[in-house]
Amino acid sequence: MAENNENNLLSLKNLQVHYKIGGGLFKTIKHVKAVDGVSLDIKKGETLGLVGESGCGKSTLGKAILRLTEPTGGQVLYNGKDLANVSQKQMRDERKNLQMIFQDPYASLNPRMTVGQIIGEPIRTFNLSNGGSVEEKVQNLMETVGLNRRFTKRYPHEFSGGQRQRIGIARALAVDPEFIVADEPISALDVSIQAQIMNLMAKLQREKNLTYLFISHDLRAIRHVADRVAVMYLGRIVELGQAKTVYAEPLMPYTKALISAVPIPDPEIEAKRTRIILKGDVPSPINPPSGCHFNTRCQYAIAECRRIEPKLVEIKPQHFAACIRISSENPHIEENVKNGLGVIGN
Amino acid sequence: MIEQNGKILTVNDLKTYFQTEDGVVKAVDGITFTLEKGETLGIVGESGSGKSVTNLSIMRLIPEPPGKIVSGTIVFDGVDVRQLSIDEVRKIRGKRMAMIFQDPMTSLNPFLKISTQLMEVTELHLGHNKKQAREHAIKMLDTVGIPDAKNRIDGYPHEFSGGMRQRVMIAMALSCDPELLIADEPTTALDVTIQAQILELIKDLKARMGTSVILITHDLGVVAGMTDKIIVMYAGKVFEQAPTFELFATPANPYTKGLLKSVPDPAHEDGTELYQIPGLPPDVANLPPGCPFAPRCARAEDICRAQYPPFVEINENHRSLCHFAKEVYAESVAEREKL
Repeated sequence: MAENNENNLLSLKNLQVHYKIGGGLFKTIKHVKAVDGVSLDIKKGETLGLVGESGCGKSTLGKAILRLTEPTGGQVLYNGKDLANVSQKQMRDERKNLQMIFQDPYASLNPRMTVGQIIGEPIRTFNLSNGGSVEEKVQNLMETVGLNRRFTKRYPHEFSGGQRQRIGIARALAVDPEFIVADEPISALDVSIQAQIMNLMAKLQREKNLTYLFISHDLRAIRHVADRVAVMYLGRIVELGQAKTVYAEPLMPYTKALISAVPIPDPEIEAKRTRIILKGDVPSPINPPSGCHFNTRCQYAIAECRRIEPKLVEIKPQHFAACIRISSENPHIEENVKNGLGVIGN
Repeated sequence: MIEQNGKILTVNDLKTYFQTEDGVVKAVDGITFTLEKGETLGIVGESGSGKSVTNLSIMRLIPEPPGKIVSGTIVFDGVDVRQLSIDEVRKIRGKRMAMIFQDPMTSLNPFLKISTQLMEVTELHLGHNKKQAREHAIKMLDTVGIPDAKNRIDGYPHEFSGGMRQRVMIAMALSCDPELLIADEPTTALDVTIQAQILELIKDLKARMGTSVILITHDLGVVAGMTDKIIVMYAGKVFEQAPTFELFATPANPYTKGLLKSVPDPAHEDGTELYQIPGLPPDVANLPPGCPFAPRCARAEDICRAQYPPFVEINENHRSLCHFAKEVYAESVAEREKL
């Protein structure tokens, strides 16, 4: 599915991040497959939402694209280059175009630097002031993200969480990037501040034609910001499609359960709806279940699900899912189960 | 004994202040509510709104100094908790009122086996011997859905996942069959699928044991499905209190309305902007003279900036702290009729 198309800004091909654990004398080396062969296109100007539970590998995937974590296999195609295999020095230059916003605005800003220094650092590193003063560029950036331009001499602790996240966004924007990985940018913020940051990011995207990979476990936020959504489970993408379609008509049993678990702020709806409650926790990625990783929690799992690794295939136009019990002819798993269909996909 | 008529908890004009370098912080500044037996109350607010301090006050867990409950009564089953000695409070706390905290990793002792921590509670409060306590602990772990409780009970906290640890916390909180359970952001640190499990568990246990619950959260979605009535707090003040259905259907406070609108709606039109409350939550140590929300409020007028707002009674169960509460309520009613 990862064709090279000029609408694509980035193409991930079978990207892998495997960590070695254990080892040593008489001990076997095990691998944690944090990202286990992800192929994905990110289109120019879109927001691709990446959702999943903790430990599913979504942050690792985001970091691997920017080489903040080294991929152990696969490719990240960008402008004709494979970022996963360029030298560190080349990668450093590429970070002019690819930036990241982090989750914790308390931990991702150096407490000993002033805001002016924090936002100015990438400008100085890449010599991007174009003869003008760095100070002025910093002040303009602060204004862009809704901070008072006079505050350049202040330190991070003098700002609230939402303001700090704005500083993090200004720092990412300082190099005028094309693509930003936003890793849980609103999770640490209060509800009223979350809306501000989501709106700010949407505004910046319109003005600067940015492309976002928006990583979050908050399904309500993803529905709001994302054009397309990728659902991740234990290192693999299990469903991908237009945000609207995925939320209205999810194909995968896992996605269905995820969406049904989100509490809706309306007591009348809450009183009527029935939840799909998944049993158990996300299994350990050290020793994930064989076949389809979700089979241990899936109410529709059959023996083959423990054997066959499902591929991500197009079930409906532009709507992909990885499940052996659905196909483009029979996309509804409940009906397939009722009709006794076994393995029909892949 | 104070007469209570089926009410398990009556809090009247509770004020808890903290002495800080920046002056007195009025973390909770006058909160009044009652909780009937078997009822669930939701307390909603952003960080620093005073929702957790309210509940720490009820449990008498406010560190003194710097904190102090300066006024008000907290009547739990006929007894004013504020008048009790610390020893008397200890007899109630953990036995008749219990609490679940947000982060189960920091609220369990990492050096002690789960069994030790669970058995301690009933040995202390119910006078169980080791054998009884262990049996009871296993039964409780079973109740909260920990598989293979008999063997898992001798594990250490780090051997459990986040969701399982929260179950252990709930088992501990419920081991003495408390009349009041206070859950402070019980699912905030958990994934959605695990959150759904834990909320379902609390609902189920509540139905079976008839426990009254106070649920503190910042998530309006969580209170919508779980509570009978809701208190919305902002800057240490109760901004609005109402039965759950009414609060969501016809809010009478601009802050509540703003909060409800700023939650992303799954059915929204693509490309529409999310409603946002402008500005930042106030510094509770330096509140403006008028309404604390006035600097962020779209409909604030001169009076809002000059005068502290009244706590307006919309009806017997619905109150709102706003100069224009009746008008805001009327607007909500009109908006709802249009739907």
